[in-house]
Amino acid sequence: MPASPTDTRLARYRVAFATILRKEIRRFLRIWTQTLLPPAITTTLYMLIFGNLIGERIGTMGGYAYIDFIVPGVIMLAVITSSYANTVSSFYGTKFQRYIEELLVSPVPNWLILAGYVGGGVARGLGVGCVVTLVAFAFTDLAIHNAFLTLLVALLTATLFSTGGLINAIYADSFDDISIVPTFVLTPLTYLGGIFYSIDLLPGFWQSVSLANPILYMINAFRHGILGVSDIDLATALGIIVLFVAGLAGWALILLRKGTGIKS
Amino acid sequence: MQALAINNLRKTYKGGVVALRGIDLEVEQGEFFALLGPNGAGKSTAIGIIASLVNKTSGRVAVFGHDLDAEPERVKQFIGLVPQEFNFNQFEAVLDIVVNQAGYYGIGRRLAMERAEQRLRQLGLWEKRRERSRNLSGGMKRRLMIARALIHDPRLLILDEPTAGVDIEIRRSMWQFMRETNRQGTTIILTTHYLEEAESLCRTVAIIDGGRIVERGDVNRLLASVQSETFVLNLDGAPPALDLPGYRVVALDGDVLEVEVDKASGLNGLFEALSERGIEVLSLRNKSNRLEELFVRLVDGRRTPN
Repeated sequence: MPASPTDTRLARYRVAFATILRKEIRRFLRIWTQTLLPPAITTTLYMLIFGNLIGERIGTMGGYAYIDFIVPGVIMLAVITSSYANTVSSFYGTKFQRYIEELLVSPVPNWLILAGYVGGGVARGLGVGCVVTLVAFAFTDLAIHNAFLTLLVALLTATLFSTGGLINAIYADSFDDISIVPTFVLTPLTYLGGIFYSIDLLPGFWQSVSLANPILYMINAFRHGILGVSDIDLATALGIIVLFVAGLAGWALILLRKGTGIKS
Repeated sequence: MQALAINNLRKTYKGGVVALRGIDLEVEQGEFFALLGPNGAGKSTAIGIIASLVNKTSGRVAVFGHDLDAEPERVKQFIGLVPQEFNFNQFEAVLDIVVNQAGYYGIGRRLAMERAEQRLRQLGLWEKRRERSRNLSGGMKRRLMIARALIHDPRLLILDEPTAGVDIEIRRSMWQFMRETNRQGTTIILTTHYLEEAESLCRTVAIIDGGRIVERGDVNRLLASVQSETFVLNLDGAPPALDLPGYRVVALDGDVLEVEVDKASGLNGLFEALSERGIEVLSLRNKSNRLEELFVRLVDGRRTPN
C-alpha cells in the first residue's frame, strides 16, 4: 500500500479541503490592497455621495431614510463582486500557470476541488462583507433586524457567485474572458437588482422585467435581514437563491468531471 | 507484480489528431523503464493519461492491479509525476509548494513539513525553501518538481524529460538520485531525449513512434541487436575520396571521416585499409551511443518509404 498517513478517506478529504482553503485565503490576504481595501473605499464613496449628499434630497425609501435603505445593497454588491472575482481569478490562474495539474494528479475528488475554491471565494466575500458593513454602519445608526437571516443570505450569495466565478474560469481561455462576465453581465444585473432603489418606483412592465434578475432576490432577502423590509417574498427569494446555488454547483461538477478547459 | 499495465490505449484529440493508436505496455514492479520516441510520438499523451491529466479515448490503464477508471483515487496515490513543463505557482514559496502537495494527498501539516524538509535537503533545495519558485534556476525548478512528486512516497515515479535543459553536473547528480530512489523500491518510468541517459539508467525500454510501440524489451538485448556502429575519425590529411571495401563511408568532409562498421568486420580491418592507403588516424569516437543507433534506425526506418 502507498503511504497513507491518515486513516480514513474522510480524514484525507478534510486535510485536502483545509489545504485548498488555506491556500486560497492566504492568497487574497497577501494581496489585501487589491482585495480588501478597494471595496472599503468604494463603499465610503457610495455612502458619502449617494447616502449623505444625494440621499438627503431623496428623503425616504421603503419607509427608511435613503442612506439606510442602500446599506444592504451596497454590502451585497461587495459580497457578490468579491466572491466572484476571487474564484474566477484564482482558478484561472491555476489553469494559466498549469498548477491545476497539482490537484488533477492528486486523489482529490472534483467535489472537493469545487468546495475548496468556493470556500475561498466565500471567505473573501464574507470578509469583504464584514469590512464594508463596518464602513457602512459608520455612516448610519442602523441595527441588524435579523442577524441569522443576514448571515444566511450573505453565505448563500457568496457561495452562488463563487461557483459562478469558477465556471467562468473553467471556460476562460484568456484574461479577457474572465472580465467579460463581471463587466457586461454581473455589474449591470447588480445595479439593476435594486441596490439604490425599490422596484416599486418602476413602471409595471419594468417591475416584471426586474423579477427575472436573480440578484434582485438576493439583495431583497439581504435587505429583509438588515432592515426587515423587502420588495420580494422572503421564502421565494431564499428558494430562488438555493435553486441557483444547486444548479451552478451541478454545472461546475459536470465541467470538472468532463475536464472541460483543464484536461485535453 | 505489474506496476503498470496498459491495454489498447487510444487517444484522439479534438480536431482529429491521433496521438495513440492502441498501445499495450507492461512495466514490472521495481523496474527502471524508459519510454523513448521522437517529438510528437505520443509519450507525453500516454503519461498524461496515466497521471489523469489527459482523458483517454479508449483502452485500460491499471496501476499495481488497480483500474484507473474504477479506482482513480487509489491509483493516484500510487503515482508521482514530474512533468515536462514547469507547473507550479511561480509566486509561491518552494516549501509551500511541496507542503501543499502533501496536503492534497491527505498528509497532515506536521508530517508534511518533516517530509518536505527531508526531500528538499536530499535535492539541495532546503536553503531555498523561502524563495519564490520563479526565482529558482531551471535545474532547481526541475528538482523542486521531483521533491513535490515524491512527497507522498509514490510507488511509481513518472519523469517526463526530467533533465531537459539541466547542466551536466546537475544531470549526473539527478541520475544518482533517481538510481537511489529506484534502488529503494520505487518503480521509475522515464522519458528522455538523452538516449545516453536511458542507456545508463534503465533496464527496460519501449520505443514509441506515431502513436504505436515499435520496439520494447531489455536494454541489453536490444543493444545486442544493433549490428553496426558509426564512428567519426580524424585523419592526418584530407584524402580526395575513399573506397573502403567492407565498410560504408557515410561522409568524408576534409580530414573528418564518418564510417559505419559492422560488428563482424571490427575496427582492425578498417585501420589496416586506411594504413594501406597511407592515411593515419589521429583520433576516433562513436558518432552516437548504441541506443541512439537503434532508435534512429527504428524511427527513420518507419519514415522511409518502401
